[in-house]
Amino acid sequence: MAEKVLMKGNEAIAEAAIKAGCRHYFGYPITPQTEIAAYMAKRMPKIGGTFLQAESEVAAINMVYGVAGAGFRVMTSSSSPGVSLKQEGISYIAGADLPALIVNVQRGGPGLGGIQPSQSDYFQATKGGGHGDYHLIVLAPASVQEMADLTIKAFDLADQYRVPAMLLADGTMGQMMEPVELPDLPPAEIEKPWAVRGTKGERKHNIINSLYLDPELLEKTNFERFEKYKVIEEKEAMYESFMMEDAEYCVVAFGIAARVSKNAVVAARKKGIKVGLIRPITLWPFPKKVMAEAAEQCKAFLSVELSMGQMIEDIKLHTGCKKPVELCCRTGGMIPAPEQVLGSIEKLAKENQ
Amino acid sequence: MTTQILIAGFGGQGVLFAGKFIAYKGLLEQKEVSWLPSYGPEMRGGTANCSIILSDDPVGSPIVSNPDVLIAMNLPSLDKYENAAVAGGSIFVDSTLIGRKVERTDVKTFYIPATKMANDAGIPTLANMIMMGKMIKETGIVNFGDITDALKKVVSAKRANLLDLNIKALEAGYNYQD
Repeated sequence: MAEKVLMKGNEAIAEAAIKAGCRHYFGYPITPQTEIAAYMAKRMPKIGGTFLQAESEVAAINMVYGVAGAGFRVMTSSSSPGVSLKQEGISYIAGADLPALIVNVQRGGPGLGGIQPSQSDYFQATKGGGHGDYHLIVLAPASVQEMADLTIKAFDLADQYRVPAMLLADGTMGQMMEPVELPDLPPAEIEKPWAVRGTKGERKHNIINSLYLDPELLEKTNFERFEKYKVIEEKEAMYESFMMEDAEYCVVAFGIAARVSKNAVVAARKKGIKVGLIRPITLWPFPKKVMAEAAEQCKAFLSVELSMGQMIEDIKLHTGCKKPVELCCRTGGMIPAPEQVLGSIEKLAKENQ
Repeated sequence: MTTQILIAGFGGQGVLFAGKFIAYKGLLEQKEVSWLPSYGPEMRGGTANCSIILSDDPVGSPIVSNPDVLIAMNLPSLDKYENAAVAGGSIFVDSTLIGRKVERTDVKTFYIPATKMANDAGIPTLANMIMMGKMIKETGIVNFGDITDALKKVVSAKRANLLDLNIKALEAGYNYQD
């Protein structure tokens, strides 16, 4: 491993993408993720890659669709309103079974919203976002190191399953600097016999397509895709457990909310409350097994979010509503303070003895 | 041990740069560090601030709401954050730009005419580093030795001529007596 350097989260994503072999980036500027595009603009020409500032988010995602079809590692990045614009293209990419990375450094919404951190695109990221039956693999980093590591992981998973992946970060993660160590390993080599790169007259041509006018055939492609999703759900769920061994209460939070919650969990432990934290690292697939286990072990749950209660629905679903699940949140660009989370933990413990 | 630092001032005073220097200094001393800037319109001429955390343990929330160390580079920043500082903490004030005294009596206070010192020394853009020098002297959160190593990480190679000026500013702050 190389030496530790201080990097912004956004820069870590860009450099990690390059390390992962991504040589094509298409984007359109929007705060708080513009550093990704700026970094790519500087680096890509020097390493024989392509940086292109598209005329819009819609154009950028369709350029991603094209490069993904040719079988090369490709990414785009944006923030909430821009990611909404990309949804049509994301649905096409999913429908054509192509790997690609879409980064969403979330900001407050709805509408044009604001520019401060948010997690209110959880539903959009994990439940589809565009039209049709599909999923993205959604990874939620909680440190600058994870911004880098999960970018590489996202490319690998996307290639392995031919599913588009999303890195779901937020303004804090994008803007903050922390020490980060980038791997020196060469990118994973994954064969792409389906790619459209020219046949040289030697084989039957490949087709990249998401249009099936025959409903029976379209249904079949959906069934096949969902078989693949089943495997991903079985094998790829990731989470971090913190102080859960003897926990009677469980905080669930991802990204920046998990960072804040960790402080609160440590403070609550000092007050004698047996509380732990489960931090989903993959939001889809949601780490359901550990939630089901926690539902047996714990008396109550607290979902800490920078949104008005989105992930809380998955917690209720995967704990089978066996135990109460409360919400602690701020929204619109505000971040809960550790004191607010601590207060919610204390209330949770008091009401569920 | 964990130290939470908040540096606040106008955009253009080098608040983010000063924070980056401290974060790198901490990193080179094998501490866990985080640096979080305010971002967006306020960077462009409005108020700017940044949160830096240096710790022996992994950093949880990177947001500093209650600083152990507050560096106020202008009056709006002191007005906004004075009451947020933890009891027993330290407040460093650029007394060239801030006419009033700190009202709190449960914090240590340091007044440095950093902007005037910087102007007099012919380094008008380096009041930020004069403040950092004094802060390092009084808090000891990082060592003053090897400051050049940390500076080299934050001053781009193209501007290597600024290294000596930054060192000069840090030393002026470090040696400043009320």
